[in-house]
Amino acid sequence: MSTQNIAAPRSPHLSHRKRRFNIEKWGWIYMRASGVLLVVLVFGHLFYNLIFPGKVSILDWAFVAGKLADPIWIVWDLLLLWLALIHGSNGMRTLINDYAHGRFRTLLLWALGATTVVLLVLGTLVLTTFDPCIGGTDNAEFAAICAAAQ
Amino acid sequence: MAGAATLEAVDNTAKAEAPIQAFTVTLNIRRYDPEKDAEPYWQDFDVELYATDRVLDALHKIKWEQDGSLTFRRSCAHGICGSDAMRINGRNRLACKTLIKDLDISKPIYVEAIKGLPLEKDLIVDMDPFFASYREIQPFLIASSKPDKERIQSVAQRERFDDTTKCILCAACTSSCPVFWTDGQYFGPAAIVNAHRFIFDSRDEAANVRLDILNDKEGVWRCRTTFNCSEACPRGIEVTKAIAEVKAAVLRGKPDIPKK
Repeated sequence: MSTQNIAAPRSPHLSHRKRRFNIEKWGWIYMRASGVLLVVLVFGHLFYNLIFPGKVSILDWAFVAGKLADPIWIVWDLLLLWLALIHGSNGMRTLINDYAHGRFRTLLLWALGATTVVLLVLGTLVLTTFDPCIGGTDNAEFAAICAAAQ
Repeated sequence: MAGAATLEAVDNTAKAEAPIQAFTVTLNIRRYDPEKDAEPYWQDFDVELYATDRVLDALHKIKWEQDGSLTFRRSCAHGICGSDAMRINGRNRLACKTLIKDLDISKPIYVEAIKGLPLEKDLIVDMDPFFASYREIQPFLIASSKPDKERIQSVAQRERFDDTTKCILCAACTSSCPVFWTDGQYFGPAAIVNAHRFIFDSRDEAANVRLDILNDKEGVWRCRTTFNCSEACPRGIEVTKAIAEVKAAVLRGKPDIPKK
């Protein structure tokens, strides 16, 4: 019997459901992409705040206000906030999926999601609507600038 | 030189005449009989063994000379059939490939069933879920052309998936994976290794089907690269590397196979 007469064996079946968006795959890619960016952003942040000024004690309200007067630092901090928080909460999500089951898992996932959203909104609000003269300061020079502005 | 050779010969004779030293080794085995025990418990056995004996020999001695009810799987006893994977001193090993001389016999040797699969009796687990995920990745060559002539493959193309052809399906890797312990739905390293064997085979035509299956929620993305599987594999397969290559192939949409 020639092979021509034998019916082809069962053809490979494709996965029954075609997913448009695979959260596990994109989560995996996100962790790596944001991780690379975060190395630069976090160390840039630490270097500028702690090492560049020469002494840690310089880090106060006035220092932060001075930083946030520069739009580059606002973008930098916004990127840091969003990338790091989503990176962290995605890591927590995998931990919850590993160790929690049933309704407890659903509860934890919702709590995690809500916390992340609240922190993102709060952080974004602070960065975009920051008013350097809202609080008191020990820095006389800075107080003078604020007094002059009002 | 001649004197040295004679000395060596004398030394060898002396060695041959001396009796081979035997050691009393304590084995602590996790026993479980579903008809009698509510929970598994540890039981210790003292066995006379030589340094060249294997853990499987110790289990045989216990079963044949001390307690015939001790239950475990073994078939070829030479590291090929993949029946006797078990947890020896907390590490997944084949009992037939673990020599007594490589273990610290000043303390008891702890032997228990592999984790993550349902315990049936003593050292035997239910392997059905393991083989179910193996079947799911379609572990057979899929080629559309009729086999009228040979499917030519170059040395480089054969080399590409050589490592993953070594798998004996003993489940040492899958049952050492912390993700598999907590999520039995995960395909597990062994299934991915065997998918890798066909995905990276230049003669196979269904790589995209297998990549699609492994791009699932419980597929390759569940892997956290803890390297437990690579450490556990008795055949020395670089399991974590194979999983990483499948991930890269899913992202690229096709496997990275040499053209010729």
